[in-house]
Amino acid sequence: MTRGPARGGAIAEIATPLASRRGQIYRVSRNLVGYLYLAPALVLFGLFAWYPILRGIVLAFQRADLISTPQWNGLANFTYVVQDPVFFKAWGNTFALTGLVLLIGFVLPIVLAVAINEMKHGQWYFRLAFYIPAMLPPIVIALLWKWIYDPSQGLANAMLGLLGLGPQPWLQSPDQAMISIVLILVWGGTGFTMLIFLASLQDISAEQYEAAELDGANLFQRLRYITLPNIRVITLVLLILAIIGAMQTFVEPFAISNNGGPNNATVTVVLLMYRYAFEFNNVGAASALGLILFAVLTALSAGYLWLTKRLSRV
Amino acid sequence: MSERLAGRTGPSTQRRRGRSDAKWFASDRGLVSPMAMRQRSSKVIYWSVWSLLVLATLATMIPLYWLFTGALKTPLEITQVPPAWWPQSPTFENYLNAWTQLDFVKYFGNTVAVAVGTVVTRVVVSVLAAYALSKLMPRGTRLVLALLLSTLMVPYIVYFIPQYLTVARLPLLDISLLNTWWAVWLPGAVSAFSIFVLKLFFDQIPDELTDAARVDGANTWQTLWRVLLPLCRAPLAIVVIFTVIDSWKDFLWPYLVLPSEDLQPVSVALYQISGASTSAPLNLQIAAMAIASIPMIVLFLVFQRQIVRGVAFTGIKG
Repeated sequence: MTRGPARGGAIAEIATPLASRRGQIYRVSRNLVGYLYLAPALVLFGLFAWYPILRGIVLAFQRADLISTPQWNGLANFTYVVQDPVFFKAWGNTFALTGLVLLIGFVLPIVLAVAINEMKHGQWYFRLAFYIPAMLPPIVIALLWKWIYDPSQGLANAMLGLLGLGPQPWLQSPDQAMISIVLILVWGGTGFTMLIFLASLQDISAEQYEAAELDGANLFQRLRYITLPNIRVITLVLLILAIIGAMQTFVEPFAISNNGGPNNATVTVVLLMYRYAFEFNNVGAASALGLILFAVLTALSAGYLWLTKRLSRV
Repeated sequence: MSERLAGRTGPSTQRRRGRSDAKWFASDRGLVSPMAMRQRSSKVIYWSVWSLLVLATLATMIPLYWLFTGALKTPLEITQVPPAWWPQSPTFENYLNAWTQLDFVKYFGNTVAVAVGTVVTRVVVSVLAAYALSKLMPRGTRLVLALLLSTLMVPYIVYFIPQYLTVARLPLLDISLLNTWWAVWLPGAVSAFSIFVLKLFFDQIPDELTDAARVDGANTWQTLWRVLLPLCRAPLAIVVIFTVIDSWKDFLWPYLVLPSEDLQPVSVALYQISGASTSAPLNLQIAAMAIASIPMIVLFLVFQRQIVRGVAFTGIKG
């Protein structure tokens, strides 16, 4: 595609030289009109996306709070943030949480989708049942599970009791709080991923399977050589999206484990950002931490992209 | 992909739920061949997998059951140890009390106001921008598109604090939007994803159509309004539905920019009444949570096809 007038201008350009002046006027006015239509988006993106993004970078190098005018202070925010004992705790928690979410929750939707895709009876029910949690507001999910995890009145321990197992402290113990939150995230997130896989599975043409059958491929060979390669790209995309999403966990530790408790066991990086800005009134530190998080996420995505490209070439 | 986005329009494919299991996508067989399914052993495996799946759905259905039956329990029953599996004398009073005593009429109204306003601003801004980027294509279109899409690369959570500062004091104008609906509506209009969806769809409408409209003397506004928009109900529906879902779910942003209780949506109110100091009776809290969930579940039941299509599109877009 060339720059400047391209498709709409085609008629004006093909026309005779007599019309070319008109074409020019048309082109100028079209540019003007075009930007008129773009104006609301440009203004709002400017105000609420581009400007805040740039300002976030600048604020990382300034002493700033929620009210007064910011002052430059070099790298002081970064040294402050790194020296905070909670800093490494938060990163450790965030990476642990991300790892666990992927470990428990990433293969599950693929398995579900492959199985559901084969079902000829009640497929709508499976799709509905697994997707509904994805429709619930995250705050409802968080509060519902806070109640389910309640050591005395909760459903979780009642179920364990049915299985003959003793009650667990769940969110109230520093050792179990993180895994409890991971289970909530998996519960709430599986449906969305499953639905995407399901859509991508249903795009696989019947001919591919039939051809494989003619060549004598059994069920597992078909799964290995037809199904999985067909959902490979979407899997790679969803994996990095899942990583980026889990690295930004906030609502659950904020709303249900008492702002990152117990004993900071569930403090995540974003929760720490929130604390800096809105509890300690230190916007500079929050921005510095935000910038570090952004750098880490970008590095992760770039590294991931490089890795998948390299691996796919082999 | 485009076909999926647009929706199949033929009446034959507009099958409704209930009649067989309408598959919405192309292929009508999967991994297992229909031939093999006639064998006895395959049937046994099929039904065992089926039963396992039904069992697996309990993982999502039991917490939902817990939510909706919890909302029917009496205060005594809900704090009972061990918990009661089902309400002994189910009472719908909790719903009523949550609605009136906890003021959920107000919060519900606020959520609707947030959602409707965001839908309006987002749709207007996105349609206009997508039209310009797809059909008018003024000089610099590619740069603008790249700049718009670049916002998808920066995770929202990284810039929500400076965004809050911006809303608290708009640059140049020096006014604060805090505690006004605009604090939610205007940032909510910013959605590169919506612009992208609509632009892709506009791209598929042949230029001959818009050119013909222009030759017939239609100006750009008439072209957009009379020619293009009637053709893109499907992508518009997707944008609208996903905007409603987004704003219904949103918690952090309204929590920050709407400190006044009179403006807070349901999600924020739920958090407030769960607090240790400001806690409401548990059975009312649960009823309030159920109230907040019902519209989303209904929305899914009604617009399942659009939601599935939209979700699938998110995946493809990556």
